[in-house]
Amino acid sequence: MKKKSHFLRGLVHGIPIALGYLSVSFGFGIRAVNGGLSVLQATLISLLNLTSAGQLAGIDIIAANGTLIEMALVQLTINIRYSLMALSLSQKLDASFSAPHRLLVSYGITDEIFGVAASQKEPLKPSYFYGLMLMAVSGWVLGTFLGAAAGELLPAAVTNALGILMYGMFIAIIIPPARKERGILVAVLIAASLSILCAKLLPMISGGFAVIICAVLAAVAAALIFPRPEEEA
Amino acid sequence: MKIAVYIAVMAGVTYLIRMLPFTFFRKKIKSRFVRSLLYYIPYAVLAAMTVPAIFDSTGNLYTAIAGSVTALVLAFFNMPLIVVALAASLAAFITGLFL
Repeated sequence: MKKKSHFLRGLVHGIPIALGYLSVSFGFGIRAVNGGLSVLQATLISLLNLTSAGQLAGIDIIAANGTLIEMALVQLTINIRYSLMALSLSQKLDASFSAPHRLLVSYGITDEIFGVAASQKEPLKPSYFYGLMLMAVSGWVLGTFLGAAAGELLPAAVTNALGILMYGMFIAIIIPPARKERGILVAVLIAASLSILCAKLLPMISGGFAVIICAVLAAVAAALIFPRPEEEA
Repeated sequence: MKIAVYIAVMAGVTYLIRMLPFTFFRKKIKSRFVRSLLYYIPYAVLAAMTVPAIFDSTGNLYTAIAGSVTALVLAFFNMPLIVVALAASLAAFITGLFL
C-alpha cells in the first residue's frame, strides 16, 4: 500500500473515535467551564493531554487549588496504563518508525487509538498513526471547545445518549476477535468480571488504577492458559 | 498564570508516560509469555473500561442496557465500529423517549 493510502485508512478508522471523543469531550468542556476555567484553557488542556479520565481529575485538582505534586502523582496513576499500551504497540511497529516518528506518535497513544491500532493485522506505519491521530485529536479538541463555549444549548436527552458512544465502540472492537479466539474471550470475561467486583467491593480504588489491575490480572491468566503460538522469525 | 503551570505539569507527565516506553523500547520481546500478555492486554483493558462503566454512561440504567444490548448484537454480527457505536447511542436515545 502507498503512504497516502495508509494515512487515509488511518483517517477513516479515526472517524468513530472522533465522534466518540466529540461527545465525551463536549461533556468535559462543560465541566471545565463550570469549574472556573476559560474556554481557551479548557481547549488547551484537551489539545495537550488527550486523555479523558486524567483531564477530569486534573480540572478537579485545579478547582481545589491542589499542589503540583498531587497533580503529577494523580496523572501518573490514572495514565500509567498508556505505558503498557505503548510497550504493547512498540512490538507491532513497522521498520520505518524512526525516533522522530516515535516522539510524535507517543502523543497520540490513547485507549481508543491503541485499541484500533493494536487490532490491525499488519505492522503499523507512522502515516497510519498520523491519520488516526489527526481525526481523533480534531474530535477531542473541537468537542471540548463546543462544550465549553455552548454546552448548555444541547438538550440533556442528546448528551446523555451520546455518553454510551465510546463504549459501543469498545464492544465493537472486543467482540469479533473474542468470537474467534478462546484466549481473547477468556481475557475479556475475566477482566470484565474483576472490574465489576472491583467497582462493587473496592470502590475506593480510582477508576484508572482499577482498570490496570483488572486488565493485567486477566491478561496474565489468558497468557498462562492460552499462550500465543511461537512466531516465525 | 498559575493555571498555565498546572496545565504544563499535567501535560508533561502524561506525555512522558507515553513517550518513554514507546521511544526507548526497541527490542523484539522473546519471551512467549510476555508476548502473549501484551497481545491480550488491549482486549482486557477495553473490557475492564467498558464494564461496569457503560451502565452509568447515559445517566439512566435502562437506556444504558438498551444501548449495551444493541452494541453486543451488532458487534456479534461484525458490523463496523461506527455503526455499532452510533446504533448504541440511538438505542439509548430512543429508549429514553419512553421513560
